[in-house]
Parts: sequence; structure tokens; C-alpha cells
Amino acid sequence: MDLENQKRVKEFAEQYGAENIVVLLGAAEGEASGLAAETVTAGDPTYAGPLTGVSLGLTVYHICEPEIKAEVDEGVYEDQISMMEMVLDVDDIVNEMSGIRDQYCKYL
Amino acid sequence: MNSVIKGAGYVLVHTPDMVLHAGTTQTTEMIVNPESEYLKELPNHLRSYEDVVAYMPNQTYIGNMTPEELAANEQPWVGKNWEKAQRYGKFGEIMPQDEFLALMQVCDVFELVYLDKEFVGPVKEKLAADPVMDESILSKVAEGIDGAEIKRLVEEEHAEPLYHMNKLVGCVKRAHDVDVNLSAHVMFENIACKASSVLALLHAVKAAGINKEDVEYVIDCAEEACGDMNQRGGGNFAKAAAEVAGLVNASGSDLRGFCAAPAHAMIEAASLVKAGSYKCVVVTAGGCTAKLGMNGKDHVKKGLPAIEDVLGGFAIVVSANDGVNPEINLDMLGRHCVGTGSAPQNVIGSLVAAPLAKGGLKITDVDKFSPEMQNPDITKPAGAGDVPLANYKMIGALAVKNGELDKKELASFPEKHGLVGWAPTQGHIPSGAPYIGFAREDILAGKINRAMIIGKGSLFLGRMTNLFDGVSFTIQPNSGAQAEEGVSEEKVKGLIAKAMKDFAETLMASADAE
Repeated sequence: MDLENQKRVKEFAEQYGAENIVVLLGAAEGEASGLAAETVTAGDPTYAGPLTGVSLGLTVYHICEPEIKAEVDEGVYEDQISMMEMVLDVDDIVNEMSGIRDQYCKYL
Repeated sequence: MNSVIKGAGYVLVHTPDMVLHAGTTQTTEMIVNPESEYLKELPNHLRSYEDVVAYMPNQTYIGNMTPEELAANEQPWVGKNWEKAQRYGKFGEIMPQDEFLALMQVCDVFELVYLDKEFVGPVKEKLAADPVMDESILSKVAEGIDGAEIKRLVEEEHAEPLYHMNKLVGCVKRAHDVDVNLSAHVMFENIACKASSVLALLHAVKAAGINKEDVEYVIDCAEEACGDMNQRGGGNFAKAAAEVAGLVNASGSDLRGFCAAPAHAMIEAASLVKAGSYKCVVVTAGGCTAKLGMNGKDHVKKGLPAIEDVLGGFAIVVSANDGVNPEINLDMLGRHCVGTGSAPQNVIGSLVAAPLAKGGLKITDVDKFSPEMQNPDITKPAGAGDVPLANYKMIGALAVKNGELDKKELASFPEKHGLVGWAPTQGHIPSGAPYIGFAREDILAGKINRAMIIGKGSLFLGRMTNLFDGVSFTIQPNSGAQAEEGVSEEKVKGLIAKAMKDFAETLMASADAE
């Protein structure tokens, strides 16, 4: 995850409380989603950014996961996401994301 | 009359020592973690010049291998040298680092670049064998200075060291004592960018078969900025490179827009020519030393060579309609506007579907799309996936959404309407532009009928806006008509005579009717 984004996530968690934050990802494939999810839960796996060694354990989902899709207005989802949903390997993303959540999320 | 694409030059420069000393991934690591395993391991992952020349994506970039031939080889391509590989191709060349350092010295007009005199002698001879280097360039290769003086300049005068094969062979002096925009490092980056642009210009002029004197305007669309502390991006790389390349009748200017800049510049060039402002405009870009080895950590971790070891450059000659070469269609321009939004389907819609709709066309009416043509060998191990393939999937998905493509055909869309990526990850270099040379040839040969070039840019990197950006244009066969200036006096007389005859006939006909 981009160093600047790591910094912002960390600041939001401090400002609003980690239990009140949901991180929503839009990465294009499973591995990248998993890495970003790991960063905001267990800490930066690349040991490069502000979240190195910081285990925030935030709640994290990908926009294409069914839990989030159910929360979004159908028309908006159709306009903004449906094309990408067709392109992405959603099963792989769900698989990666669930694995990370089960392991590291502290607020589920 | 639409402007035409007269020819294209594509060049790469193998710069292994610059990967170590100038790539920002490495220079950052040297600051934050100077003892890191990565920095120790990286030198063992650098490729030889021979391996870089024999690398199939590089051979595709300079035109020795077609994208189709490249695609026929199983990925990854790294480690599979092509035995027919050559330094020179129909579009350009792959220059070795030592010759490039001499070219950098030639491109410096402020006595900032100094090379060791023992290094210069043999390198000048090598450079002289390059068919695009003429006496005007070779005569500017300076004799060089003592190695001890270079060492002193680096140690005492803040000069940026220049290495070849791990040996100090030269330096770039700072151009001002306190101005950070003229620091030795910035001057190094800018002169490297300028030199690779010069090399691309020389090859483009040769490939297009025009005279250097024919070029009236040059647009530089790279991603560096040159200027001093009072005008940081003042410019003008375009005119500076045109000067060294010998384009004596050219003026020029710089156009910036991150990775979208090449597509913006092509539209601007085509418009200037179509409007009659200039008859021949060249769009050019040099490479970016900062991006060398950008994903080096991932490549090293996965036991791969540091594949981001080349600077890229290209130059495209856009000229008045010659009745032969493929045309740039300015009636179907794609444009991501301020109000477009950043969701992928808005982006692809504005860049692909909307412009085609203006011409009454569907997505499937475009034979080949050229979006970001990054080499997947580089991006996949770094977790960024196959960038061109991702773009083709999105374009195909939009076609399905718009009812122009059956969902069953979505899987075969990328192969049918797309290309594999072969360009180095030099930001603006892979952005649409790499296919323009092949598109021109494929259209001339009747292999394809329409190509769309898409440039996209991440403006947030400049921290001025969070907006995304992009533009697109299509290339199509020549309509066959000659340029207006090609109309002879005789033909004009004939046209006037015909018009008068027609007029007289109407008069007579109306008189008869009365």
C-alpha cells in the first residue's frame, strides 16, 4: 500500500478509533487486495511504510464482496462497479480477503 | 485534411549503473536503510548489455519483432534470449551505457558533464559507428579530463558521479551553488532525459524518411521539468533536444500530463498540422532515470533480474496529409473531463465508448487498442498484474455492458482487439505510444483498419488534484486524397473551368425552364 495512504489510514484510526473504521478496497486482483488488507490489519508486510509493525486490526473489505455489494444502492453499483465486477476474479478476491479478516481483524 | 503519421523512432538505453545510483527505489533505500540486504543483492541481478539486447520485449520496442511474434512466445520472457536479436531495428536502437554517457556530454551545453579522458577515446569511436550520429554530434564529444579531477569534483564540488561497469568515469556538476532546481542531481536527470529524446528524434527523422530541415515544431511530452528556482518547470526540453538533433527550422515546447502526455501531445501535433500552423511536427520524449529499478525489490526477492534497466525514448513524426500514410482522426477524440468521475467504467466510457459513438462506431469496430503497454514481465512479479490485459478486459466488459459484445466473447476480446505489453515501466513511455509505429505499418499493410491510442495519467502524484486524466484518438487508413498544397495550378484552373461550365449550364437550364 502506498506510503501516503498508510499514513492517512493510521491517522484516521487514531482520530476516530480503530473500532469505528472500515477500510474499503478497490484493488484489481486477489494478491494486491490481500496485501492491502494485511497492511491495515497486521501491519505493512513490506516493512516500508508508517504501518510497519503497527497492527491496527481494522475491518477491511473489497468493494466487490457480497457484504458490501448488499450495502450499496443498486443503481449506483451498476453505474460505478458492475463493469469491473465483470472483469475481476471476485472469487479469488473474496478468498484472499476472508483469509486476512479471519486472521487479523479485531473488530468483527 | 487529417494529418498523417509519417514515421516513428523508438529507442532504449541500457543503464545498469544508473539503476544503482539514480533509481529512486535505490536512492531512497540508501537513505532509510543503507545496510539493507536488497542493496547488497541488487548488483548481482543486473543484466549484461547482450542480455538486454536479446530480451524479446526490447526487440519488439525497436521494431525487430512484431507484437504478434512476441505474443507467440510464452511468458515470462525474461531469461529467454532471442538469437536473432540486434542492436538496431527499423524503429531505433538499444544503446549501451558508455555511448550514452558520451551522448549526454554532447547534450550538455553548459560545461556541466565531464568524462574521464581514458574513457572517452574508445567510446567516441563506438558512438561514431552509430548510423544516426553525424559529424555535428561527434565533433561535440569533448576530449575528457583527468580521472583525479572527476573524483575531486564529486567529493568536493557536489558533482553527481557517472559510473560505467561500477567504475567512476565522469560526473555532472551542479549548475548553481544554491538553486535546488539546478543541482547536480537534477541536471543529471534532465540531461539524461534530453539525450534519450535526441536519440529518439534522430531515429524518427531517419525512419520517416524526411530531412531534418523539414521539422517545424517539436513537442516534448516526457515527465521531467527543467528550469531554475524562479521557474521550476520553465522548459524547454523540446527545443533543447531539437538543437542537438539538428532540427534547425524547428521551434518547440513542452507538454506535461504525466503518463497521459504522449496522447495529449499527439492530438496537439495532429491539430497544429491540420490547422496549417505547421506542416511537420514531431512529438518526442526521453527517458526517466528516477524510475530505473522501480520494482527492483520485488524482482530481487523473486530471484529475477532487475528488468527495469533501460531508459526509453520515442519520437513520432506527424505531417500534412501525403495521400499515403495513416491519418489521425480528430473527429473522434476521447477525453476524460473534470466532471467525468473516476470509476473505471466512467473512465473507459469517456476514453473509448464516447468518442467512438461520435463516429457512429462500436467498440468492436476498433481492430487494436493501445492503452498502457507495460511489459507484464516487470509488473506481474511486482503485484501490479498484467496492465494491458486488465485494460482490454475493462474495454471488453464495457462493450458487453453496452450490448455491443456477447458475454461469451469477452474472454477472447483481449486477444482479438489487444496486444501484449512490451514497453519498459518508464511512465509516459508505455502509455499508448509504443504501438503507433506498428499501427502505422499494420494499417499501411492493410492488416488492420483502425487503431485507438489511449493515454491515461495519475494526476494525484503532483498533489495538485485528485482527478484522473486521459485522452484518446484513433488512427485510420489514408482517405487517398492529396493534401491541399499538392493541388497543381493546372488542376485549380480545371476546377474553376468546370465550375463556370456547370454555372453556365444551370443558367441555360433555368432560361430554358422559363
